[in-house]
Amino acid sequence: MTRRRNFLPLGGFLICGIAFLSYPLFFARFPVTRDVPWVSWLLFGLGLALVGRGLVRSFRQPEHYRGRVLGPILGVLSLAFLGLFLAMTLVYARQLPASAGAPQIGAKAPDFTLPDAQGRPVRLANLLASRAGGAPESGSPGSWVLLIFYRGYW
Amino acid sequence: MAISVDPPEVTREHITKMGWTYTFLSDPKAEAIRRYDLLHAGGGQGGDISRPAEILIDPTGTVRWVDLTENYWVRLRPETVLRAYDQLADGGR
Repeated sequence: MTRRRNFLPLGGFLICGIAFLSYPLFFARFPVTRDVPWVSWLLFGLGLALVGRGLVRSFRQPEHYRGRVLGPILGVLSLAFLGLFLAMTLVYARQLPASAGAPQIGAKAPDFTLPDAQGRPVRLANLLASRAGGAPESGSPGSWVLLIFYRGYW
Repeated sequence: MAISVDPPEVTREHITKMGWTYTFLSDPKAEAIRRYDLLHAGGGQGGDISRPAEILIDPTGTVRWVDLTENYWVRLRPETVLRAYDQLADGGR
């Protein structure tokens, strides 16, 4: 009797690989799939379920299915993808400084002057005093400013 | 207004590609970033960078709202800060 090839562990492994790569490359672009990476978790769930089913088949029905060597290897690699994903999204991404000295609500925002993308100097105090971005209906003499500090290295 | 350690040329290239029109400032020596205690030492590819943070300042220069994420994949959404601004600006009228 010829034993059938067992494609489930390979399919599950590929889905785990896609689950890992698709988060930074695609799903992280959209807040709804980035803040809580539920699509990635679902993909990992599907991938690992396929690997598991394939392994059960290989070991419970060895007379029908192959894959008792490759299956466990692909299973370990699939779990490694999951481990890397959890490290990337839950461990590494949380290693941020506490920033206990960052300005608190009610504090004066420290002034600074920095060059913009054209190299022209921009001073915070001047922006706050300018009318450019101020809400006209409020009648306030200056502008609100939102500072967005970002990691950079594009 | 966005601030990072990237030099102006890098920022200019990126915002042109992305079509963003608001102000981007360059702080390669992390002077302002340090003044705001937002330095993430060694956080970049071989260098110091800023941690993600958003700070809303009113026209008197007073900080009115702060967001310091604990996970850099979890970022502020525009509608969140717009809602905060609406409440604060209304209350101050």
